[in-house]
Amino acid sequence: MIEDQIAQWRSYLRSRQAIHAVDIAELEDHLREQVAALTAAGLAPDEAFLVAVKRLGSLDALSREFAREHSDRLWKQLVMPAADTGEQKPAARTDALVAFCLAVAAAVVIKLPALFGIGLNENESFYVRNLSLFVLPLVTCYFAWKRGMAAGTARWLAVAFVAAGVFANVYPFTPEGNTEILTALHTPIALWIAVGVAYAGGRWREVAGRMDFIRFSGELFIYYVLIALGGGVLLGFTFGIFEAIGMDIEPFFETWILPCGAMGGVLVASWLVETKQSVIENMAPVLARLFTPLFTIVLLVFLGLVLGTGRTLDVEREVLIVFDMLLVVVLGLLLYSLSARDPRAPGGAFDVVQVVLVLSALVADAVALWAIAARITEFGFTPNRVAALGMNVILLVNLAWSAVCYVRFLRGRGGFADLERWQTNYLWVYAVWAAIVVTAFPPVFRYI
Amino acid sequence: MDINKDLIAASSTPLVLAILAEGDTYGYAILKRVQELSGGRMAWTDGMLYPVLHRLERLGHIQARWQVADSGRRRKYYRITPQGRSQLAEERRQWQAVDATLRGIWRMLSLAVPVPPLLPVPSLLQAA
Repeated sequence: MIEDQIAQWRSYLRSRQAIHAVDIAELEDHLREQVAALTAAGLAPDEAFLVAVKRLGSLDALSREFAREHSDRLWKQLVMPAADTGEQKPAARTDALVAFCLAVAAAVVIKLPALFGIGLNENESFYVRNLSLFVLPLVTCYFAWKRGMAAGTARWLAVAFVAAGVFANVYPFTPEGNTEILTALHTPIALWIAVGVAYAGGRWREVAGRMDFIRFSGELFIYYVLIALGGGVLLGFTFGIFEAIGMDIEPFFETWILPCGAMGGVLVASWLVETKQSVIENMAPVLARLFTPLFTIVLLVFLGLVLGTGRTLDVEREVLIVFDMLLVVVLGLLLYSLSARDPRAPGGAFDVVQVVLVLSALVADAVALWAIAARITEFGFTPNRVAALGMNVILLVNLAWSAVCYVRFLRGRGGFADLERWQTNYLWVYAVWAAIVVTAFPPVFRYI
Repeated sequence: MDINKDLIAASSTPLVLAILAEGDTYGYAILKRVQELSGGRMAWTDGMLYPVLHRLERLGHIQARWQVADSGRRRKYYRITPQGRSQLAEERRQWQAVDATLRGIWRMLSLAVPVPPLLPVPSLLQAA
Protein backbone atom coordinates (compact mmCIF):
# COMPACT_ATOMS: atom_id res chain seq x y z
CA MET A 1 0.00 0.00 0.00
CA ILE A 2 2.56 2.53 1.16
CA GLU A 3 5.02 1.03 -1.34
CA ASP A 4 2.55 1.71 -4.16
CA GLN A 5 2.19 5.30 -3.02
CA ILE A 6 5.96 5.75 -2.88
CA ALA A 7 6.34 4.19 -6.33
CA GLN A 8 3.74 6.59 -7.70
CA TRP A 9 5.45 9.55 -6.04
CA ARG A 10 8.76 8.41 -7.56
CA SER A 11 7.28 8.33 -11.04
CA TYR A 12 5.95 11.87 -10.58
CA LEU A 13 9.43 13.05 -9.65
CA ARG A 14 10.95 11.19 -12.56
CA SER A 15 8.94 13.29 -15.00
CA ARG A 16 10.89 16.38 -13.90
CA GLN A 17 14.06 16.63 -15.90
CA ALA A 18 15.90 18.77 -13.34
CA ILE A 19 15.58 16.02 -10.73
CA HIS A 20 17.80 13.05 -11.52
CA ALA A 21 17.44 9.45 -10.42
CA VAL A 22 20.16 9.90 -7.82
CA ASP A 23 18.29 12.86 -6.27
CA ILE A 24 15.08 10.87 -6.23
CA ALA A 25 16.89 8.15 -4.29
CA GLU A 26 18.06 10.74 -1.78
CA LEU A 27 14.60 12.28 -1.43
CA GLU A 28 13.04 8.84 -1.12
CA ASP A 29 15.34 7.99 1.78
CA HIS A 30 14.22 11.22 3.41
CA LEU A 31 10.57 10.44 2.77
CA ARG A 32 10.82 6.94 4.25
CA GLU A 33 12.62 8.24 7.32
CA GLN A 34 9.95 10.88 7.82
CA VAL A 35 7.14 8.35 7.35
CA ALA A 36 8.79 6.03 9.87
CA ALA A 37 9.10 8.86 12.41
CA LEU A 38 5.49 9.95 11.94
CA THR A 39 4.20 6.37 12.17
CA ALA A 40 6.16 5.90 15.37
CA ALA A 41 4.43 9.06 16.67
CA GLY A 42 1.08 7.37 16.12
CA LEU A 43 -0.04 8.31 12.60
CA ALA A 44 -1.50 5.73 10.23
CA PRO A 45 0.94 4.88 7.39
CA ASP A 46 -1.05 6.61 4.64
CA GLU A 47 -1.53 9.71 6.77
CA ALA A 48 2.17 9.69 7.54
CA PHE A 49 2.89 9.44 3.82
CA LEU A 50 0.68 12.43 3.01
CA VAL A 51 2.25 14.57 5.73
CA ALA A 52 5.77 13.57 4.69
CA VAL A 53 5.11 14.41 1.04
CA LYS A 54 3.58 17.75 2.02
CA ARG A 55 6.62 18.63 4.11
CA LEU A 56 8.91 17.98 1.16
CA GLY A 57 7.28 20.92 -0.57
CA SER A 58 5.33 21.24 -3.80
CA LEU A 59 6.74 19.41 -6.78
CA ASP A 60 6.91 22.59 -8.86
CA ALA A 61 8.81 24.54 -6.23
CA LEU A 62 11.15 21.63 -5.63
CA SER A 63 11.81 21.11 -9.30
CA ARG A 64 12.43 24.86 -9.69
CA GLU A 65 15.00 24.83 -6.89
CA PHE A 66 16.75 21.83 -8.40
CA ALA A 67 16.72 23.49 -11.81
CA ARG A 68 18.28 26.64 -10.35
CA GLU A 69 21.08 24.62 -8.80
CA HIS A 70 21.52 22.30 -11.78
CA SER A 71 20.66 24.50 -14.75
CA ASP A 72 22.85 22.32 -16.96
CA ARG A 73 20.35 19.51 -16.53
CA LEU A 74 17.79 21.31 -18.63
CA TRP A 75 20.14 20.70 -21.54
CA LYS A 76 20.00 17.01 -21.92
CA GLN A 77 23.48 15.70 -22.36
CA LEU A 78 24.10 12.76 -24.59
CA VAL A 79 27.86 12.33 -24.56
CA MET A 80 28.11 11.80 -20.84
CA PRO A 81 25.02 9.72 -20.29
CA ALA A 82 23.67 9.27 -16.77
CA ALA A 83 26.98 9.20 -14.92
CA ASP A 84 25.03 9.02 -11.70
CA THR A 85 22.63 6.20 -12.34
CA GLY A 86 25.32 3.76 -11.28
CA GLU A 87 24.06 0.37 -12.40
CA GLN A 88 23.72 0.93 -16.15
CA LYS A 89 27.25 2.10 -16.71
CA PRO A 90 28.98 -1.20 -17.59
CA ALA A 91 26.24 -2.06 -20.09
CA ALA A 92 26.57 1.36 -21.75
CA ARG A 93 30.32 0.91 -21.98
CA THR A 94 30.04 -2.55 -23.55
CA ASP A 95 27.56 -1.13 -26.01
CA ALA A 96 29.91 1.70 -26.97
CA LEU A 97 32.78 -0.76 -27.31
CA VAL A 98 30.83 -3.09 -29.58
CA ALA A 99 29.69 -0.16 -31.73
CA PHE A 100 33.26 1.12 -31.95
CA CYS A 101 34.62 -2.30 -32.94
CA LEU A 102 31.95 -2.65 -35.64
CA ALA A 103 32.75 0.85 -36.93
CA VAL A 104 36.41 -0.18 -37.21
CA ALA A 105 35.29 -3.40 -38.92
CA ALA A 106 33.27 -1.35 -41.44
CA ALA A 107 36.36 0.76 -42.14
CA VAL A 108 38.42 -2.40 -42.66
CA VAL A 109 35.79 -4.12 -44.83
CA ILE A 110 35.65 -1.26 -47.33
CA LYS A 111 39.44 -1.62 -47.77
CA LEU A 112 39.39 -5.43 -48.09
CA PRO A 113 38.73 -5.63 -51.85
CA ALA A 114 41.83 -3.48 -52.40
CA LEU A 115 43.86 -6.33 -50.88
CA PHE A 116 42.64 -8.56 -53.70
CA GLY A 117 43.57 -6.06 -56.36
CA ILE A 118 40.19 -4.33 -56.66
CA GLY A 119 41.32 -0.76 -56.08
CA LEU A 120 38.92 2.07 -55.39
CA ASN A 121 40.02 4.24 -58.31
CA GLU A 122 40.08 1.57 -61.01
CA ASN A 123 36.88 -0.28 -60.02
CA GLU A 124 34.46 2.46 -59.13
CA SER A 125 31.44 0.58 -60.44
CA PHE A 126 32.18 -2.43 -58.22
CA TYR A 127 32.15 -0.17 -55.16
CA VAL A 128 29.04 1.71 -56.26
CA ARG A 129 27.08 -1.52 -56.72
CA ASN A 130 28.25 -3.05 -53.43
CA LEU A 131 28.33 0.02 -51.20
CA SER A 132 25.40 -1.00 -49.02
CA LEU A 133 26.81 -4.52 -48.71
CA PHE A 134 29.93 -3.18 -47.04
CA VAL A 135 28.11 -1.47 -44.22
CA LEU A 136 24.51 -2.68 -43.79
CA PRO A 137 25.47 -6.23 -42.66
CA LEU A 138 27.51 -4.66 -39.86
CA VAL A 139 24.63 -2.39 -38.79
CA THR A 140 22.45 -5.51 -38.82
CA CYS A 141 25.06 -7.33 -36.71
CA TYR A 142 25.03 -4.51 -34.18
CA PHE A 143 21.26 -4.74 -33.69
CA ALA A 144 21.27 -8.53 -33.86
CA TRP A 145 23.73 -8.46 -30.96
CA LYS A 146 21.86 -5.73 -29.12
CA ARG A 147 18.44 -7.41 -29.37
CA GLY A 148 19.68 -10.99 -29.05
CA MET A 149 18.36 -12.12 -32.42
CA ALA A 150 17.12 -15.68 -32.87
CA ALA A 151 19.32 -17.96 -35.02
CA GLY A 152 16.46 -18.58 -37.46
CA THR A 153 16.00 -14.87 -38.21
CA ALA A 154 19.74 -14.39 -38.50
CA ARG A 155 19.88 -17.12 -41.13
CA TRP A 156 17.16 -15.44 -43.22
CA LEU A 157 18.91 -12.09 -43.04
CA ALA A 158 22.20 -13.69 -44.06
CA VAL A 159 20.43 -15.24 -47.06
CA ALA A 160 19.09 -11.79 -48.02
CA PHE A 161 22.54 -10.22 -47.91
CA VAL A 162 24.15 -13.06 -49.85
CA ALA A 163 21.40 -12.88 -52.49
CA ALA A 164 21.90 -9.11 -52.81
CA GLY A 165 25.64 -9.71 -53.22
CA VAL A 166 25.00 -12.27 -55.96
CA PHE A 167 22.57 -10.05 -57.91
CA ALA A 168 24.89 -7.06 -57.64
CA ASN A 169 27.86 -8.98 -59.02
CA VAL A 170 26.84 -11.74 -61.42
CA TYR A 171 24.87 -9.71 -63.98
CA PRO A 172 26.99 -8.60 -66.95
CA PHE A 173 26.16 -4.90 -66.62
CA THR A 174 27.18 -2.47 -69.33
CA PRO A 175 29.78 -0.33 -67.54
CA GLU A 176 28.09 2.76 -66.11
CA GLY A 177 24.83 1.76 -67.79
CA ASN A 178 21.34 2.57 -66.54
CA THR A 179 20.62 -0.81 -64.99
CA GLU A 180 23.86 -0.75 -63.04
CA ILE A 181 22.99 2.62 -61.50
CA LEU A 182 19.46 1.40 -60.74
CA THR A 183 20.91 -1.62 -58.96
CA ALA A 184 23.22 0.62 -56.93
CA LEU A 185 20.30 2.85 -55.94
CA HIS A 186 17.80 0.11 -55.11
CA THR A 187 19.97 -2.44 -53.30
CA PRO A 188 20.21 -0.29 -50.15
CA ILE A 189 16.42 0.28 -50.16
CA ALA A 190 15.73 -3.45 -50.39
CA LEU A 191 18.33 -4.29 -47.73
CA TRP A 192 17.18 -1.56 -45.38
CA ILE A 193 14.28 -3.84 -44.47
CA ALA A 194 16.82 -6.41 -43.23
CA VAL A 195 18.26 -3.73 -40.94
CA GLY A 196 14.68 -3.02 -39.85
CA VAL A 197 14.01 -6.65 -38.94
CA ALA A 198 17.19 -6.64 -36.84
CA TYR A 199 16.39 -3.24 -35.32
CA ALA A 200 12.86 -4.15 -34.28
CA GLY A 201 14.04 -7.45 -32.79
CA GLY A 202 10.98 -9.56 -32.08
CA ARG A 203 8.68 -6.58 -32.65
CA TRP A 204 8.88 -6.43 -36.43
CA ARG A 205 5.40 -7.86 -36.78
CA GLU A 206 3.95 -5.13 -34.57
CA VAL A 207 2.99 -1.71 -35.88
CA ALA A 208 4.82 -0.10 -32.96
CA GLY A 209 8.02 -1.99 -33.71
CA ARG A 210 8.04 -0.89 -37.34
CA MET A 211 7.15 2.67 -36.32
CA ASP A 212 10.19 2.68 -34.05
CA PHE A 213 12.27 1.61 -37.02
CA ILE A 214 10.87 4.54 -39.05
CA ARG A 215 11.83 6.89 -36.21
CA PHE A 216 15.26 5.32 -36.06
CA SER A 217 15.75 5.79 -39.82
CA GLY A 218 14.94 9.49 -39.66
CA GLU A 219 17.21 10.16 -36.71
CA LEU A 220 20.00 8.09 -38.26
CA PHE A 221 19.82 10.20 -41.41
CA ILE A 222 20.04 13.45 -39.42
CA TYR A 223 22.91 12.19 -37.27
CA TYR A 224 24.78 10.93 -40.28
CA VAL A 225 24.48 14.29 -42.01
CA LEU A 226 25.73 16.03 -38.85
CA ILE A 227 28.67 13.64 -38.54
CA ALA A 228 29.48 14.17 -42.22
CA LEU A 229 29.44 17.96 -41.69
CA GLY A 230 31.78 17.62 -38.72
CA GLY A 231 34.03 15.33 -40.74
CA GLY A 232 34.11 17.90 -43.53
CA VAL A 233 35.26 20.63 -41.14
CA LEU A 234 37.94 18.35 -39.68
CA LEU A 235 39.20 17.48 -43.15
CA GLY A 236 39.23 21.10 -44.23
CA PHE A 237 41.55 21.93 -41.36
CA THR A 238 43.66 18.86 -41.99
CA PHE A 239 44.16 19.87 -45.62
CA GLY A 240 45.07 23.40 -44.58
CA ILE A 241 47.61 22.61 -41.89
CA PHE A 242 49.32 19.83 -43.84
CA GLU A 243 49.52 22.02 -46.89
CA ALA A 244 51.29 24.59 -44.70
CA ILE A 245 54.15 22.14 -44.18
CA GLY A 246 54.20 21.24 -47.86
CA MET A 247 52.37 17.91 -47.71
CA ASP A 248 49.56 16.95 -50.05
CA ILE A 249 47.25 14.53 -48.27
CA GLU A 250 44.66 14.35 -51.03
CA PRO A 251 45.60 10.85 -52.30
CA PHE A 252 45.60 9.51 -48.74
CA PHE A 253 42.29 11.26 -48.12
CA GLU A 254 40.64 9.76 -51.18
CA THR A 255 41.77 6.18 -50.67
CA TRP A 256 41.63 5.92 -46.89
CA ILE A 257 39.98 8.65 -44.84
CA LEU A 258 36.87 9.25 -46.94
CA PRO A 259 35.79 5.62 -47.50
CA CYS A 260 36.72 4.43 -44.00
CA GLY A 261 35.13 7.47 -42.34
CA ALA A 262 31.96 7.25 -44.41
CA MET A 263 31.49 3.57 -43.53
CA GLY A 264 32.42 3.83 -39.86
CA GLY A 265 30.18 6.89 -39.54
CA VAL A 266 27.06 4.83 -40.28
CA LEU A 267 27.75 2.58 -37.29
CA VAL A 268 28.66 5.44 -35.01
CA ALA A 269 25.44 7.21 -36.02
CA SER A 270 23.40 4.04 -35.39
CA TRP A 271 24.92 3.68 -31.97
CA LEU A 272 24.28 7.35 -31.14
CA VAL A 273 20.64 7.17 -32.18
CA GLU A 274 20.21 3.97 -30.17
CA THR A 275 21.81 5.52 -27.07
CA LYS A 276 20.09 8.84 -27.27
CA GLN A 277 16.53 7.79 -28.05
CA SER A 278 15.31 8.48 -24.55
CA VAL A 279 17.80 11.22 -23.73
CA ILE A 280 17.21 13.83 -26.40
CA GLU A 281 14.18 15.04 -28.24
CA ASN A 282 13.92 13.50 -31.72
CA MET A 283 14.92 15.91 -34.47
CA ALA A 284 13.07 14.49 -37.48
CA PRO A 285 9.57 15.31 -36.14
CA VAL A 286 10.72 18.82 -35.24
CA LEU A 287 11.96 19.42 -38.78
CA ALA A 288 8.81 17.83 -40.20
CA ARG A 289 6.63 20.18 -38.16
CA LEU A 290 8.69 23.15 -39.20
CA PHE A 291 8.61 22.42 -42.92
CA THR A 292 5.11 21.00 -43.36
CA PRO A 293 3.44 24.46 -43.53
CA LEU A 294 6.21 25.81 -45.78
CA PHE A 295 5.94 22.96 -48.28
CA THR A 296 2.18 23.31 -48.21
CA ILE A 297 2.42 26.98 -49.15
CA VAL A 298 4.87 26.28 -51.98
CA LEU A 299 2.65 23.53 -53.41
CA LEU A 300 -0.52 25.61 -53.15
CA VAL A 301 1.13 28.53 -54.95
CA PHE A 302 2.41 26.13 -57.63
CA LEU A 303 -1.03 24.60 -58.13
CA GLY A 304 -2.64 28.02 -58.16
CA LEU A 305 -0.31 29.10 -60.96
CA VAL A 306 -0.73 25.92 -62.99
CA LEU A 307 -4.49 25.72 -62.72
CA GLY A 308 -5.13 29.45 -62.67
CA THR A 309 -2.96 30.63 -65.53
CA GLY A 310 -3.06 27.42 -67.51
CA ARG A 311 0.73 27.19 -67.66
CA THR A 312 1.79 23.85 -69.04
CA LEU A 313 4.48 21.68 -67.60
CA ASP A 314 7.69 21.75 -69.55
CA VAL A 315 8.14 18.01 -69.85
CA GLU A 316 11.84 17.41 -69.66
CA ARG A 317 13.33 14.01 -69.16
CA GLU A 318 14.09 14.69 -65.51
CA VAL A 319 10.69 16.05 -64.55
CA LEU A 320 9.53 12.65 -63.29
CA ILE A 321 12.52 12.41 -60.94
CA VAL A 322 11.71 15.87 -59.54
CA PHE A 323 8.14 14.85 -58.80
CA ASP A 324 9.31 11.53 -57.30
CA MET A 325 11.53 13.51 -54.98
CA LEU A 326 8.63 15.82 -54.12
CA LEU A 327 6.47 12.84 -53.15
CA VAL A 328 9.33 11.38 -51.10
CA VAL A 329 9.68 14.65 -49.21
CA VAL A 330 5.92 14.94 -48.62
CA LEU A 331 5.82 11.33 -47.46
CA GLY A 332 8.75 12.05 -45.12
CA LEU A 333 6.97 15.09 -43.68
CA LEU A 334 3.83 13.03 -43.16
CA LEU A 335 5.66 10.05 -41.70
CA TYR A 336 7.74 11.99 -39.19
CA SER A 337 4.81 14.12 -38.10
CA LEU A 338 2.90 10.89 -37.51
CA SER A 339 5.80 9.35 -35.64
CA ALA A 340 5.73 12.04 -32.97
CA ARG A 341 1.97 12.44 -32.71
CA ASP A 342 0.03 11.16 -29.76
CA PRO A 343 -2.41 8.74 -31.43
CA ARG A 344 -5.07 9.51 -28.82
CA ALA A 345 -5.05 13.29 -29.37
CA PRO A 346 -7.99 14.67 -31.35
CA GLY A 347 -7.41 16.26 -34.74
CA GLY A 348 -6.14 19.84 -34.75
CA ALA A 349 -5.11 22.64 -37.09
CA PHE A 350 -1.78 20.97 -37.86
CA ASP A 351 -3.57 17.84 -39.02
CA VAL A 352 -5.58 19.92 -41.46
CA VAL A 353 -2.37 21.47 -42.83
CA GLN A 354 -1.03 17.94 -43.18
CA VAL A 355 -4.03 16.83 -45.21
CA VAL A 356 -3.81 19.93 -47.41
CA LEU A 357 -0.12 19.18 -47.99
CA VAL A 358 -0.81 15.59 -49.01
CA LEU A 359 -3.75 16.52 -51.26
CA SER A 360 -1.86 19.32 -53.00
CA ALA A 361 1.10 17.01 -53.56
CA LEU A 362 -1.25 14.43 -55.06
CA VAL A 363 -2.80 16.99 -57.42
CA ALA A 364 0.62 18.35 -58.42
CA ASP A 365 1.84 14.84 -59.13
CA ALA A 366 -1.30 14.02 -61.10
CA VAL A 367 -0.71 17.12 -63.24
CA ALA A 368 2.85 15.98 -63.88
CA LEU A 369 1.83 12.40 -64.66
CA TRP A 370 -0.82 13.63 -67.09
CA ALA A 371 1.75 15.69 -68.93
CA ILE A 372 4.21 12.82 -69.05
CA ALA A 373 1.70 10.13 -70.01
CA ALA A 374 0.93 12.01 -73.17
CA ARG A 375 4.53 11.84 -74.30
CA ILE A 376 5.87 8.68 -72.69
CA THR A 377 5.62 6.63 -75.89
CA GLU A 378 7.55 9.31 -77.71
CA PHE A 379 10.36 9.14 -75.13
CA GLY A 380 10.38 5.34 -75.05
CA PHE A 381 10.58 3.03 -72.05
CA THR A 382 14.12 3.19 -70.74
CA PRO A 383 14.88 1.38 -67.45
CA ASN A 384 15.32 4.72 -65.67
CA ARG A 385 11.93 5.94 -66.78
CA VAL A 386 10.16 2.72 -65.81
CA ALA A 387 11.84 2.77 -62.40
CA ALA A 388 10.90 6.41 -61.86
CA LEU A 389 7.32 5.74 -62.97
CA GLY A 390 7.02 2.70 -60.70
CA MET A 391 8.33 4.71 -57.77
CA ASN A 392 5.85 7.45 -58.55
CA VAL A 393 2.91 5.06 -58.63
CA ILE A 394 3.96 3.46 -55.34
CA LEU A 395 4.24 6.83 -53.61
CA LEU A 396 1.01 8.05 -55.16
CA VAL A 397 -0.92 5.03 -53.88
CA ASN A 398 0.58 5.45 -50.44
CA LEU A 399 -0.25 9.15 -50.20
CA ALA A 400 -3.73 8.73 -51.68
CA TRP A 401 -4.73 6.10 -49.15
CA SER A 402 -3.03 8.11 -46.36
CA ALA A 403 -5.17 11.08 -47.33
CA VAL A 404 -8.29 8.90 -47.17
CA CYS A 405 -7.32 7.59 -43.70
CA TYR A 406 -6.45 11.06 -42.49
CA VAL A 407 -9.70 12.64 -43.66
CA ARG A 408 -11.66 9.77 -42.10
CA PHE A 409 -9.79 10.32 -38.84
CA LEU A 410 -10.46 14.07 -38.88
CA ARG A 411 -14.15 13.46 -39.49
CA GLY A 412 -14.22 11.02 -36.60
CA ARG A 413 -14.93 7.98 -38.77
CA GLY A 414 -11.70 6.10 -38.11
CA GLY A 415 -8.85 5.82 -35.67
CA PHE A 416 -5.43 7.30 -36.05
CA ALA A 417 -4.05 3.78 -35.73
CA ASP A 418 -5.32 2.98 -39.25
CA LEU A 419 -2.93 5.53 -40.68
CA GLU A 420 -0.01 4.16 -38.68
CA ARG A 421 -0.80 0.62 -39.69
CA TRP A 422 -1.02 1.61 -43.36
CA GLN A 423 2.32 3.38 -43.28
CA THR A 424 4.17 0.66 -41.39
CA ASN A 425 2.75 -2.12 -43.56
CA TYR A 426 3.72 -0.20 -46.65
CA LEU A 427 7.42 -0.52 -45.76
CA TRP A 428 7.26 -3.92 -47.45
CA VAL A 429 6.12 -2.40 -50.74
CA TYR A 430 9.25 -0.24 -51.03
CA ALA A 431 11.48 -3.21 -50.28
CA VAL A 432 9.71 -5.52 -52.72
CA TRP A 433 9.72 -2.91 -55.48
CA ALA A 434 13.45 -2.26 -54.89
CA ALA A 435 14.10 -6.00 -54.99
CA ILE A 436 12.24 -6.24 -58.32
CA VAL A 437 14.32 -3.41 -59.78
CA VAL A 438 17.53 -5.11 -58.65
CA THR A 439 16.64 -8.63 -59.78
CA ALA A 440 14.40 -8.22 -62.84
CA PHE A 441 15.34 -4.94 -64.50
CA PRO A 442 18.89 -5.80 -65.63
CA PRO A 443 17.92 -8.94 -67.64
CA VAL A 444 14.66 -7.39 -68.93
CA PHE A 445 16.48 -4.35 -70.26
CA ARG A 446 19.50 -6.39 -71.44
CA TYR A 447 21.92 -4.88 -68.92
CA ILE A 448 22.05 -1.50 -70.66
CA MET B 1 6.59 32.56 14.82
CA ASP B 2 7.49 32.36 11.14
CA ILE B 3 10.91 33.48 10.07
CA ASN B 4 10.91 35.14 6.71
CA LYS B 5 12.12 33.26 3.64
CA ASP B 6 15.13 35.46 2.92
CA LEU B 7 16.47 35.01 6.43
CA ILE B 8 16.00 31.25 6.19
CA ALA B 9 17.81 31.17 2.87
CA ALA B 10 20.66 33.37 4.10
CA SER B 11 21.20 31.36 7.26
CA SER B 12 21.02 27.98 5.55
CA THR B 13 24.70 27.89 4.54
CA PRO B 14 26.24 28.55 7.98
CA LEU B 15 23.65 26.35 9.64
CA VAL B 16 24.25 23.34 7.39
CA LEU B 17 28.03 23.77 7.54
CA ALA B 18 27.94 24.08 11.32
CA ILE B 19 25.82 20.95 11.70
CA LEU B 20 28.19 19.04 9.43
CA ALA B 21 31.12 20.37 11.46
CA GLU B 22 29.64 18.44 14.39
CA GLY B 23 29.97 15.22 12.39
CA ASP B 24 29.03 13.51 9.11
CA THR B 25 25.32 13.16 8.61
CA TYR B 26 22.49 13.03 6.04
CA GLY B 27 19.60 15.19 4.92
CA TYR B 28 16.84 14.05 7.22
CA ALA B 29 19.10 14.22 10.29
CA ILE B 30 20.23 17.74 9.32
CA LEU B 31 16.62 18.88 9.26
CA LYS B 32 15.93 17.25 12.62
CA ARG B 33 18.94 19.03 14.06
CA VAL B 34 17.80 22.40 12.70
CA GLN B 35 14.40 21.83 14.25
CA GLU B 36 15.99 20.92 17.56
CA LEU B 37 18.35 23.92 17.57
CA SER B 38 15.64 26.43 16.68
CA GLY B 39 13.01 24.89 18.91
CA GLY B 40 10.86 24.37 15.85
CA ARG B 41 10.89 28.04 14.95
CA MET B 42 12.87 27.64 11.72
CA ALA B 43 10.51 25.80 9.45
CA TRP B 44 12.31 24.63 6.34
CA THR B 45 10.39 23.01 3.55
CA ASP B 46 12.12 19.63 3.72
CA GLY B 47 12.82 19.29 0.01
CA MET B 48 14.59 22.64 -0.21
CA LEU B 49 17.48 21.39 1.90
CA TYR B 50 18.71 19.18 -0.93
CA PRO B 51 19.40 21.83 -3.54
CA VAL B 52 21.31 23.69 -0.79
CA LEU B 53 23.38 20.59 -0.07
CA HIS B 54 24.07 20.12 -3.78
CA ARG B 55 25.19 23.72 -4.11
CA LEU B 56 27.59 23.40 -1.18
CA GLU B 57 28.88 20.18 -2.71
CA ARG B 58 29.46 21.87 -6.06
CA LEU B 59 31.33 24.71 -4.32
CA GLY B 60 33.54 22.13 -2.64
CA HIS B 61 32.46 22.98 0.93
CA ILE B 62 31.10 19.51 1.54
CA GLN B 63 31.56 16.04 0.07
CA ALA B 64 28.90 13.40 -0.47
CA ARG B 65 29.13 9.63 -0.42
CA TRP B 66 26.57 6.84 -0.69
CA GLN B 67 26.56 4.35 2.14
CA VAL B 68 24.25 1.59 3.30
CA ALA B 69 22.55 2.78 6.48
CA ASP B 70 21.45 0.59 9.42
CA SER B 71 18.00 0.49 7.85
CA GLY B 72 19.53 -1.39 4.92
CA ARG B 73 18.77 1.46 2.51
CA ARG B 74 21.39 3.35 0.58
CA ARG B 75 21.77 6.79 2.07
CA LYS B 76 23.73 9.85 1.00
CA TYR B 77 26.01 11.12 3.75
CA TYR B 78 27.70 14.50 3.69
CA ARG B 79 31.02 15.53 5.20
CA ILE B 80 32.47 19.00 5.59
CA THR B 81 35.77 19.63 3.75
CA PRO B 82 38.69 21.77 5.03
CA GLN B 83 37.53 24.44 2.58
CA GLY B 84 34.06 24.17 4.09
CA ARG B 85 35.50 24.71 7.56
CA SER B 86 37.20 27.93 6.51
CA GLN B 87 33.98 29.01 4.81
CA LEU B 88 32.16 28.31 8.07
CA ALA B 89 34.68 30.42 9.99
CA GLU B 90 34.15 33.24 7.49
CA GLU B 91 30.36 32.99 7.70
CA ARG B 92 30.60 32.95 11.45
CA ARG B 93 32.62 36.19 11.46
CA GLN B 94 30.05 37.86 9.22
CA TRP B 95 27.05 36.66 11.21
CA GLN B 96 28.69 37.74 14.47
CA ALA B 97 29.20 41.19 13.01
CA VAL B 98 25.52 41.36 12.02
CA ASP B 99 24.50 39.95 15.37
CA ALA B 100 26.68 42.45 17.29
CA THR B 101 25.28 45.34 15.30
CA LEU B 102 21.71 44.27 15.92
CA ARG B 103 22.39 43.67 19.62
CA GLY B 104 23.72 47.19 19.90
CA ILE B 105 20.64 48.71 18.39
CA TRP B 106 18.24 46.42 20.32
CA ARG B 107 19.88 47.58 23.55
CA MET B 108 19.37 51.23 22.67
CA LEU B 109 15.78 50.64 21.60
CA SER B 110 14.99 48.67 24.74
CA LEU B 111 15.27 51.88 26.71
CA ALA B 112 12.19 53.12 24.87
CA VAL B 113 10.31 49.92 23.88
CA PRO B 114 9.42 46.97 26.14
CA VAL B 115 11.46 43.84 25.27
CA PRO B 116 9.49 40.79 24.17
CA PRO B 117 9.87 37.90 26.62
CA LEU B 118 12.77 35.56 25.79
CA LEU B 119 11.86 31.94 25.23
CA PRO B 120 14.08 29.33 26.89
CA VAL B 121 15.55 28.17 23.59
CA PRO B 122 19.20 28.37 22.58
CA SER B 123 19.45 31.15 20.04
CA LEU B 124 20.10 30.09 16.52
CA LEU B 125 22.88 32.57 16.00
CA GLN B 126 24.71 31.54 19.15
CA ALA B 127 24.57 27.92 18.09
CA ALA B 128 26.23 28.76 14.80
